[in-house]
Amino acid sequence: MNSFLAVFKRELKGYFATPLAYVFLVIFLFFSGYLAFKEGFYEMRQADMAAFFRNLPLLFVFMVPSTAMRLWAEERKVGSIELLLTLPITITQAVLGKFFAAWLFLAIALALTFPMVITVCYLGNPDIGLIITGYLGSLLMAGGFLAIGCFFSALSKNQVISFVLSVVACAILVFAGMPTTLNYISTFLPAGMVSAIEGMSFQTHFESIQRGVLWFGDVSYFVLLIVGWIAACTIVLDERKAR
Amino acid sequence: MIEVKELRRSFGPVVAVDGISFNVEKGEVLGLLGPNGAGKTTAMRILACFLKPDSGTASVCGHDILQEPTAVKKSLGYLAENVPAYSEMTVGGFLNFVCDAREIKGRARKQALDRVVPSCSIESVYHQTIDTLSKGYKRRVGLAQALIHDPRVLILDEPTDGLDPNQKHDVRKLINKMAKDKCIIISTHILEEVEAVCTRTVIIARGRILVDSTPKDLKEEHQCSLNSVFRKITTTNTGKKAKSA
Repeated sequence: MNSFLAVFKRELKGYFATPLAYVFLVIFLFFSGYLAFKEGFYEMRQADMAAFFRNLPLLFVFMVPSTAMRLWAEERKVGSIELLLTLPITITQAVLGKFFAAWLFLAIALALTFPMVITVCYLGNPDIGLIITGYLGSLLMAGGFLAIGCFFSALSKNQVISFVLSVVACAILVFAGMPTTLNYISTFLPAGMVSAIEGMSFQTHFESIQRGVLWFGDVSYFVLLIVGWIAACTIVLDERKAR
Repeated sequence: MIEVKELRRSFGPVVAVDGISFNVEKGEVLGLLGPNGAGKTTAMRILACFLKPDSGTASVCGHDILQEPTAVKKSLGYLAENVPAYSEMTVGGFLNFVCDAREIKGRARKQALDRVVPSCSIESVYHQTIDTLSKGYKRRVGLAQALIHDPRVLILDEPTDGLDPNQKHDVRKLINKMAKDKCIIISTHILEEVEAVCTRTVIIARGRILVDSTPKDLKEEHQCSLNSVFRKITTTNTGKKAKSA
């Protein structure tokens, strides 16, 4: 537990010790706001955050891999992984420490969008429950993207390669659930396959949580996704750490 | 305190460590010598539980490296070859992180820092970030990191590489001071260092142990300087390869 906390603390401090955190936060906050207003945040005349949450998956496809790419690629390139893993820290503790630090960092980024919530509350009477599940869904989705990014970061020493691979993997998982994709594939695939693909997509489960229902299936989708990719990350890292 | 049994490790077709065995006791300073690519670093990485051997095993302070890696890591201090550290951290922040990971807290931490910072002479750079340090200072920070928990076993991969003559002298003095109650393995290319600090030398080439002796005996046996002994031993045994190339 102590080793996990040591990695967690160091990693979180690491974000703020370099300009990385600030660049990320500014760009994330700008685009999350920009996309919400482009959707007609005010013009819709509805006191909810739907316009904000709707675009988050697309924004996360680029933003989350950019936080995840350095997690292990940098460590392996610089060689500091040798230091880290010769301290009394197991690979699992190190992977989890880094993952949760990055996840908390993304949670901070999400929390900093609070002016949108205040605006909505000031202008009308929004359904607070819906906003809370919206944020919860976003956080779970960020965790899922992050776990994928973590895996690809462990796979390659090169940060650019790990970034591109995880953007592609995340994009596939988001676009698989988009209506346009589903319409297209339903022209040549049987209905069962189409719904299976739909069930594998981030988009489907994220939208379902957006509706304000925390259904067990949706939550466990994200949890399973995170656990699976993190476990894969641990295995890959153990295999490739010294190369 | 260190027992190495038939350790083997290969990377693809290259056999880096080919069945080496040796024991090191408390009070001994073992100098691991060998040409580049002889397998010194690989052997040390296996002992530090960073790499797993393909076959064979080793134990450090009675803990097996395969069965109880965490106990092994706790009882040894390891300085890696290229002295990895987190460049964005300050020296103090970095040492505190190592204390966190090694569960050194409160007063013990203060004592550990008070002991290790002056003995590695890094007081002047304590608040500097690591990427602004020169190679010599980085290496001393690495050494401080390896000594912070006062380990019984030390594994140092080229501890004086990149240091100026004064710093080299200081580090050797530090090693000599610690030698009595610790078990130390150092790898080096610098043969005068072997004479200055080591009580025993193991010369390896192409993953195999060629000689296991003391620097004094080696010199007496071959009647020449350690430099010539090293050249004689490593070139006669790798001679075939050199000629065919």
